[in-house]
Amino acid sequence: MDKNQYLDMFIDESNEHLQAMNDYLLKLERNPTEESFINEVFRSAHTLKGMAATMGYEDIAHLTHQLENVLDMIRNKTIVVSSELLDIVLSSVEVLERMVHDIENGGDGKGEISFIMKELVKMESGTEVASTEEVSTPKKPFELPNYDDFELTVLSQSIEQGYYAYNIRISLREDCILKAARVFMVFEVLEKLGEVIKAVPSVEQLEEENFDEDFQVTLITREKEETVKGKILTISEITFVEVDLVDVNNLFQSNHPETPQEGGVELEQRENENDQSEVIENKVGKGSGKTIRVNIERLDTLMNLFEELVIDRGRLEQISLEVKSQELTETVEHMSRISGDLQNIILNMRMVPIEQVFNRFPRMVRTLAKELNKEVTLEIIGAETELDRTVIDEIGDPLVHLLRNSIDHGVETREVRQRNNKPPQSKITLKAYHSGNHVFIEVSDDGAGINKEKVLNKAIADGVITKKEKENLTDQQIYELLFASGLSTAEQLSDISGRGVGLDVVKNKIEALGGNVTVDSEIGKGTTFSIQLPLTLSIMSVMLVKVQQECFAIPLTSIIETAIISKSEILTVHNRKVINFRGKVVPLVDLTTFFEVPQTMEQGEFYPVIIVKKGEKMAGLIVNSFIGQQEIVLKSLGNYLINVFAISGATILGNGQVALIIDCNSLIK
Amino acid sequence: MSDTLLNDLKVIVFQLQNEEYGVSVEQVRSIERIQHITRVPKTPIFVKGVINLRGVVTPIIDLRSRFDMEEVEQTESTRIIIVSVNDMNVGLIVDSANDVIDIPAEDIEDPPEIVGGIEINYIRGVAKLDKRLLILLNLDEVLTQQEIEEIQTIEATMQ
Repeated sequence: MDKNQYLDMFIDESNEHLQAMNDYLLKLERNPTEESFINEVFRSAHTLKGMAATMGYEDIAHLTHQLENVLDMIRNKTIVVSSELLDIVLSSVEVLERMVHDIENGGDGKGEISFIMKELVKMESGTEVASTEEVSTPKKPFELPNYDDFELTVLSQSIEQGYYAYNIRISLREDCILKAARVFMVFEVLEKLGEVIKAVPSVEQLEEENFDEDFQVTLITREKEETVKGKILTISEITFVEVDLVDVNNLFQSNHPETPQEGGVELEQRENENDQSEVIENKVGKGSGKTIRVNIERLDTLMNLFEELVIDRGRLEQISLEVKSQELTETVEHMSRISGDLQNIILNMRMVPIEQVFNRFPRMVRTLAKELNKEVTLEIIGAETELDRTVIDEIGDPLVHLLRNSIDHGVETREVRQRNNKPPQSKITLKAYHSGNHVFIEVSDDGAGINKEKVLNKAIADGVITKKEKENLTDQQIYELLFASGLSTAEQLSDISGRGVGLDVVKNKIEALGGNVTVDSEIGKGTTFSIQLPLTLSIMSVMLVKVQQECFAIPLTSIIETAIISKSEILTVHNRKVINFRGKVVPLVDLTTFFEVPQTMEQGEFYPVIIVKKGEKMAGLIVNSFIGQQEIVLKSLGNYLINVFAISGATILGNGQVALIIDCNSLIK
Repeated sequence: MSDTLLNDLKVIVFQLQNEEYGVSVEQVRSIERIQHITRVPKTPIFVKGVINLRGVVTPIIDLRSRFDMEEVEQTESTRIIIVSVNDMNVGLIVDSANDVIDIPAEDIEDPPEIVGGIEINYIRGVAKLDKRLLILLNLDEVLTQQEIEEIQTIEATMQ
């Protein structure tokens, strides 16, 4: 068998399962008694084990097997969920992640697992004493499934109404190929007879063929045992059926050793009912989101082909205008609308929720906080916010930097917080939201805030600014200093951050993505880092302008406004042309001379000017005429022309010609 | 280099100023008619700009100007040969391109010493075919980034 074709799938799915384990383990830590969490973890571990074994990654299979044993004990309540236990379980998940990552990078997926295996075995054997007691109760040939209170209520009520409740054990033939199909047929038969209220393993797992040969279902029906058995046996490839009446009274007692007070039971039941509905909702959510995986390159090709279509559409529109045939015009208009919709769909396909990036943070924060002996809760808001795939791939590292920074420098230790009358647990909030054509991601903490004096002193000591400059800085400008390279305000270096690399790297990265970072802080209340990013890297809004006969595009994000100024308003300062624009002196750049455009027309008495900005600085670009605003697709100039001065890329216009995009940041010094 | 010369070579033949040149077929993506070229400012003189090649922005070099020949008006027969070298797609403007031929390995000779100068780098060999002489180009050298960068820095210092 050629494994390679399954490798991508294996890696993707393994990562998903590992992520799910992480998520639910962390949830479990907060809510150790919640059974559905541990079940999810167990399910993921089990699937992972199966996949790894199939693909021949034995180390992963071994480790997950051992992990499964421990998880099983948690599930059966023979071991108590403790922080130490979770530490070990989480770190084994981490080891698994490393191994999967290794496979992703072409490795053989082998890893150093002996240490973590030992820990897991220790966990398992350490509690063996406790577990033996339970084992001593003689096991029946097959165990009845564990019914929860809700199911028990349903069972008892049905029996009261004259139904029978059967627990049915079914075995499939060992060589049965389409197990899920058989299961489906069994369920179809059973559902005709009555109602299935429970299946072990769960219906989902059965559908995914996550079982060996046997499974159990609990059925409520009016039919007799023999009828049920007979009907099931009509399905082929079933070797064995056993139908048992369920003794509900017995079960009730075993579930509630002490008869609790009436009210208490009811309350519990209601809670369980709620849980049940939650679980169902989850299932619905999973079912509706059917997906297929598509290589991003294919999407890019699709996008390229589509762009050609757009160009042809432009030509067709032109032709239909000239021909003036109504039929042609109508068809072309219809085509334009359809291709507009198509464009939206294609663009949306490239969008993925930022959840993918956020997912790995809870565990990271937990580990870091433990290391630093701080108590931190991480709140994530807006994980469903969507971003272009290319941005998602790049944004992870900067966010890790910011979070580390917040945990290390931002929040205080428990003692300090208590001294300052703050709740002992500090909180870090990670928030993502859309606004206009941008996505904002904020990392805020409720820590001590930025000490401006300290930043200033450090900046002066490191030679980033001079003492003189210090006087005129606004708060914003002081915070900006944090992003200067070689500056760290941590009093002592730690492993996590404070090596003077970090924030400047963050800033560079974000700016390379076409976004920016700002900081806001209040002493004693906390600090917020805010990242602003374009929604997608490939599509942007621009202003198209004509410089002589050539067409250029200026990103709207850099434009403050457009203006028409008369020749007499232009002043010269030091031989440079400037204008007085809304009370500010703005230098002018004549794009014709700057880009050495062949001169074909004389400027009249009035100059169209586009005022652009870079940070606080501004400049006015003289052009010949404005064409208008347009959404364009950003393209690179190719590998041959790299680093063309003041040009950030190119785009293809409706007429099929290429227009260059002006990089305003390099125009303003 | 000598190894590749031992094999027969399939080349695209094109004309530049009454001389015939050849580039290996494997390096050629397509041959295009001349179309609108968008000028890119602040690039070396021989970079004529970029074109939209089926949705991909492709840089265009004028080979005449790259080889320090006199530039001429574009005619009906002017072609752009799109070549792909080292992950770079670049179009080369030539006077005309109209032939694909096989050259037996024994007909290829090393470039004559007298050519001299910087040009020697991008000539890979000379092929004798009856009475025609075909200059085989080494595209890697034609598109060397290093030289471009040098030119760019020279230009930058002149400003």
